[in-house]
Amino acid sequence: MELKRVVVTGLGALTPIGNNISEYWDSLIHGKSGAAPITYFDTSLFKTKFACEIKNFNANDYFDRKEVRRLDRFAQYALVASDEAILDSGVDLNVVDKYRVGVIWGAGIGGLETFQNEVIDFAKGDGTPRFNPFFIPKMIADIAPGNISIKHGFMGPNYATVSACASSANAMIDALNYIRLGYSDIMVTGGSEAAVTQAGMGGFNSMHALSTRNDDPQKASRPFDANRDGFVLGEGGGALILEEYEHAKARGAKIYAEVIGGGMSSDAYHMTAPHPEGIGVIAVMKNCLENSGLKPEDVDTINTHGTSTPLGDVAELKAIKQVFGEHAKNININSTKSMTGHLLGAAGAVEAIASILAMQNSLVPPTINHETADENIDSELNLTLNKPQKREIKVAMSNTFGFGGHNACVAFKKMEE
Amino acid sequence: MSDIASRVKAIIVDKLGVDENEVVTEASFTNDLGADSLDTVELIMEFEKEFDIQIPDDQAENISTVGQAVSYIEEAKK
Repeated sequence: MELKRVVVTGLGALTPIGNNISEYWDSLIHGKSGAAPITYFDTSLFKTKFACEIKNFNANDYFDRKEVRRLDRFAQYALVASDEAILDSGVDLNVVDKYRVGVIWGAGIGGLETFQNEVIDFAKGDGTPRFNPFFIPKMIADIAPGNISIKHGFMGPNYATVSACASSANAMIDALNYIRLGYSDIMVTGGSEAAVTQAGMGGFNSMHALSTRNDDPQKASRPFDANRDGFVLGEGGGALILEEYEHAKARGAKIYAEVIGGGMSSDAYHMTAPHPEGIGVIAVMKNCLENSGLKPEDVDTINTHGTSTPLGDVAELKAIKQVFGEHAKNININSTKSMTGHLLGAAGAVEAIASILAMQNSLVPPTINHETADENIDSELNLTLNKPQKREIKVAMSNTFGFGGHNACVAFKKMEE
Repeated sequence: MSDIASRVKAIIVDKLGVDENEVVTEASFTNDLGADSLDTVELIMEFEKEFDIQIPDDQAENISTVGQAVSYIEEAKK
């Protein structure tokens, strides 16, 4: 059977460097860091005291008091980002066939703060299990797509993908495939995360995964720099409206880009460490090229997973050289995590959005905070260091990899009739 | 209004996000104040905490209005 073509017709973002798409893009091209001391809780006993929190976000501006209490922050971010994307798409909710509109959403963890606080309360008590009735429905990762569908009445496929930091990339690929196969006309997809909590910071700290550059948070996320010392935890949400091409054309929708394919693979190696030869990462980019009908030379930019960890960054760049050969030098490689921090399950979505906006604007956002070259990184690669670079982009790829060895890669192409 | 009644009212206003004027004696949590099954459970738990009482499930089923909650608690606190 012939696969349907799929296009992006709406975008939404709530990120540490901007609370909507235009603010997000403006910060990306100006190399703005979202890192700052944590405001949510007292960090005096924590090894890492900073993160990329959402700024100037007041849930009461978006939800009534009762809704705020029923929604963990990760679900609030999901609703805010998806609302922006739905509005942006111009879909008329009164005429669209809602059985043909689904929601597939990524969250690596879900309502971590809800889980943490309920368990703290329980532990303070006398052992009587007095859990709030909203504990479970607030915490579960799939409540984000559940709430999006409840709000808008979307009755198509609805679930969450959980593959740690690859979650929303997996969500986008699933959404793409449902439309390709003709099961849905429109999919609301993306991801959200809100893990800047005591449990989140403490947990990642104990893995030695986070940067501890407490004296200079804004310089801490420095992918590919020789002195990188771990990732910076971020939070937020990113949403994309994927739509079957003819459906979009028929309603005269504006089209950002075509989603031409996705790759998926597993390292099958270690719970958290990347495979030193990057075999799973090589496989995922090859899968993505094949699934998208691309040759390596077609690719203009790659928004890397590039988390600013010592092992991961080197392994990913080695894998890019393996897959793209000589052409690797011609690719604009970047890591927008240098600015946003690592949004975990939302990373795939916000980074794909960055790639799509780069394509739209013919401008690749920089990898900021690069000061010292790493001798383990090929100096011939163009890592888009510190300043944005002009570039006509026909094809952009976005990589994300998650603890558990999950790899996902999505490819977008400039729209052609 | 009794002390108990005003504390009950405050809890309902807070948890259900409703206007104080709506929380009248006859108001039903579900039919008038927009509570769903989870809200109702949460209200009962809040009453238990606020007044340091235990409301068994079979009794809780009979508490569906503001007035019923106030009478139950007044009885329990005697």
